[in-house]
Amino acid sequence: MRPQATGHGPQDVVTIFEKSREGRRAFVCPELDVPETPVAELLPEGLLRESPAELPEISEPEIVRHYNVLSKKNFDLDTGFYPLGSCTMKHNPKLNERVAALPGFSRLHPLQEPRWAQGALELMWRLQQQLSEVAGLPHVSLQPSAGSHGELAGLLLTRAYHEDRGESRHKVLTPDTAHGTNPATVTMAGFEVVKVGTAPDGGVDLDDLREKADGDTACLMLTNPNTLGLFDRNIEEIAQIVHDAGATLYYDGANLNAVMGVSRPGDMGFDIVHFNLHKTFTQPHGGGGPGAGPIAVSERIEPFLPRPQVVRRDQGSNGHSEPFFDLDFERPKSIGRLRGYQGNFGVFVRSYAYICSVGGDGLKDVSETAVLNANYLRARLAEDGIAEYLPIAFDRLCMHEFVLSGRGARDQLGIKTLDIAKRLLDHKVHPPTVYFPLLVDEALMIEPTETETKERLDGFADAIREILEEAKEDPEIARNAPYTTPVRRLDEALAAKRPVVRQATGHRPQATDR
Amino acid sequence: MSRYTSATDADRREMLDAIGVGSVEELFRDIPEAVRQREPIALPDGMAEQDVYDHLRRLAARNRHADDEVTFAGGGMYDHYVPALIDSILQRSEFLTPYTPYQPEISQGGLQSMFEFQTAIAELTGLPVANASMYEGPSSVASAGYLAKLENGRHRVVVSRGVHPNSRETLSTYAVGWGTEVVEVPLDDRGATDLRALADAVDDDTSAVFLQQPNFLGTVEDLGPLAEAAKRTGALLVCSVDPLTLGILKPPGEFGVDVAVGEGQSLGNRLDFGGPSFGFFAAQERYIRRMPGRIAGETVDVDGKRGFVLTLQTREQHIRREKATSNICTAQALNALAGVIYLSWLGKRGIVELGELMLRRTAYAREALGAELVNPGPVVREFAIRLPDLDAVCERARAEGINPGHRLKYYYPEYADCLLVAITERRTRRDIDRLAAVVQSVREGVSV
Repeated sequence: MRPQATGHGPQDVVTIFEKSREGRRAFVCPELDVPETPVAELLPEGLLRESPAELPEISEPEIVRHYNVLSKKNFDLDTGFYPLGSCTMKHNPKLNERVAALPGFSRLHPLQEPRWAQGALELMWRLQQQLSEVAGLPHVSLQPSAGSHGELAGLLLTRAYHEDRGESRHKVLTPDTAHGTNPATVTMAGFEVVKVGTAPDGGVDLDDLREKADGDTACLMLTNPNTLGLFDRNIEEIAQIVHDAGATLYYDGANLNAVMGVSRPGDMGFDIVHFNLHKTFTQPHGGGGPGAGPIAVSERIEPFLPRPQVVRRDQGSNGHSEPFFDLDFERPKSIGRLRGYQGNFGVFVRSYAYICSVGGDGLKDVSETAVLNANYLRARLAEDGIAEYLPIAFDRLCMHEFVLSGRGARDQLGIKTLDIAKRLLDHKVHPPTVYFPLLVDEALMIEPTETETKERLDGFADAIREILEEAKEDPEIARNAPYTTPVRRLDEALAAKRPVVRQATGHRPQATDR
Repeated sequence: MSRYTSATDADRREMLDAIGVGSVEELFRDIPEAVRQREPIALPDGMAEQDVYDHLRRLAARNRHADDEVTFAGGGMYDHYVPALIDSILQRSEFLTPYTPYQPEISQGGLQSMFEFQTAIAELTGLPVANASMYEGPSSVASAGYLAKLENGRHRVVVSRGVHPNSRETLSTYAVGWGTEVVEVPLDDRGATDLRALADAVDDDTSAVFLQQPNFLGTVEDLGPLAEAAKRTGALLVCSVDPLTLGILKPPGEFGVDVAVGEGQSLGNRLDFGGPSFGFFAAQERYIRRMPGRIAGETVDVDGKRGFVLTLQTREQHIRREKATSNICTAQALNALAGVIYLSWLGKRGIVELGELMLRRTAYAREALGAELVNPGPVVREFAIRLPDLDAVCERARAEGINPGHRLKYYYPEYADCLLVAITERRTRRDIDRLAAVVQSVREGVSV
């Protein structure tokens, strides 16, 4: 029998603006303790707002209810399995939230002078040391706000490095398996994207790389393990080819969770690495941020790092008997700032607490367990009854993630990867990353992470098997899934064709287009 | 130390058997010997939770934070009160721990709050459309420069020196990538953007003009004539705005700006030593298909029920790759949620009342401090003063438990003896009088 939709009724979708009633309020203004000078005497008429912004008028209890009700329409990591490939959805330790909220961190003004912010600067300095050790590269800047911001930093550093040597290079190589942010960043940094092919074993096609890496190549951006979850066995040769061409080698750290304590990007020959603190180092993802994307670099890149840098000035210098932690702005070759202040400090607190909690030994255990979990789930999904419909894209041991192809399910059962993903929602599991990487037909990219138990992994394999079994009987069930979610499949084409991206409030702003 | 993992020895054996290998090490056999890490990670072993807490607590205690002192520090981030309901809602796992809403059926809470946020920002700025968040203020300014570059392909941008120094520097950093020259326009002797210099700087190859309202010194810029001069040759006008002043200030949309961006910290976000907060990006409708970042849109599901999705994704990196209009992926969803909750808490009337309170207390403070005003024109919550004995004022204030404000010498050599003072709703008349007493005592001490 086909399932019936069991979501809530249509009347429950009401925005906070629609709940507004004139005269309601939550805010009580502090008392006016200075003269009540008329506003018109303090601001010229032409600069005063004439009609008020149509913000909601609503009481505190109703705001709380509104957002609590909304929250219950979200699936989240604290509730269930979230094997979203390349996103490293591992447990977010609760201690980290407690320490990030300490007023000494959360109430610290960004322009506080260093002598009154020694604890914060020391924490940043220590985090730099930790990340440097994990990357195997000597220098770290914490400034970038997310992975793609780290990528931008990396390419601007590459540009500065080449220009400092009197060279102007125009091309950046990216494998065809690369994350979408890589080519987008290349364009933003003013370079031209040149794609490098993938060899039959899933690694970089060395012949193609040799042909394309030349004197006009600024950089190769690589993820290792790559987005197929495979460690590139030719990494030494790749580094050699890139360095022989005089280019830099950039490491996209989205997949760092596979190799901590096992192999360091610096030892692989990378010049620049970005970290995703919101992936590997447990900053909660917040439904789309905040994150942070620190970078680690080799000696030759160091002079160009963003400013300011957090530095430790040792005993004796500056007349201090204790080490003094400072912001160093005197960096003449620096590419400059990528954002305001010192970076997403609250994220640094959480990641620092995480690294202290698990320690050097724990980080290696993290990577080993992540790889063990991924391979176990890969093995479970290679069983009869599953593998014929969802064959693995590259049949080798994987690292922290692996990619299946849904072509069997599509051709034999008539259900697409999208249908499997949507049916998984009814099993209370977040689907894997789908339709990426692009070179795998109907791709499902699965990353279980180290914090999942064997029972969770078994549960996921069972759910997949059940969906496939069910589709043999009646493919329509998956094609029309989900049934149990607050809404069902949404019309994305309609949203893009006729964009409604805001509520129509009391008045529309006047068109000012010329 | 295994802290957040849960594989038992029995689990490991069973899992390795299922995989068909003898040990965990074997799983890493693809990694060539030469690039193996032979030594353990040179970091201390893991610690018990209470020990980590104590270590962090000790570090936190070595910072002088905004509850430890009476702070007049501003310069882009401010000590505004963050209502308790924000902490409570943001700590809900359902908001704190999901990824970006790629599966809309199970992300309606996040998507609807993005839609509400976009509405609130569009309302505040007086512009028709806004995105779901940017990283923070200065990089939003730079991203607006990239939009202008994509839009008209011109090669220079003109920036008022009243724009936050961090924003100007970030714009310059980014602009190297697009091959765009950044030209600065000075402030006049009243701390406002020099209109004539701006008009002279704008030419046919000017891609965009950048202003800030209020500017870094706190001056409320006379945007009408500046906008006219800026747009004369068809350049885009980008205005960085402080959203919390828009309860009382005429919104940028009414001056015909093309793009309004800004720093969102003042809307319900912690100081956090500078981040995470959020940035915002609002624009005229014709730019919507070139805007950076996520955008939530309203639609219906197969049963005709109202719902929300990420929309216009053909702008974005995961679809368009090298042709994307921005590389932004993860931004600041949770911080933007704090922003829309804050704006709901403040409400339609509250944002006006709060703006007027800041306006009046700031006017009082300018009088009470009795110092030379760097920017004597209109201000809302921040202003600059010239103090001949600034070092002594700062030292004495610190001794009294007061952070007197931001010293302008770091970014403006021309204002080396000047102080930027911010008056939020948390600074009472009594606080202001205390700072005034410090200024007066130093002044008298000097004159004796």
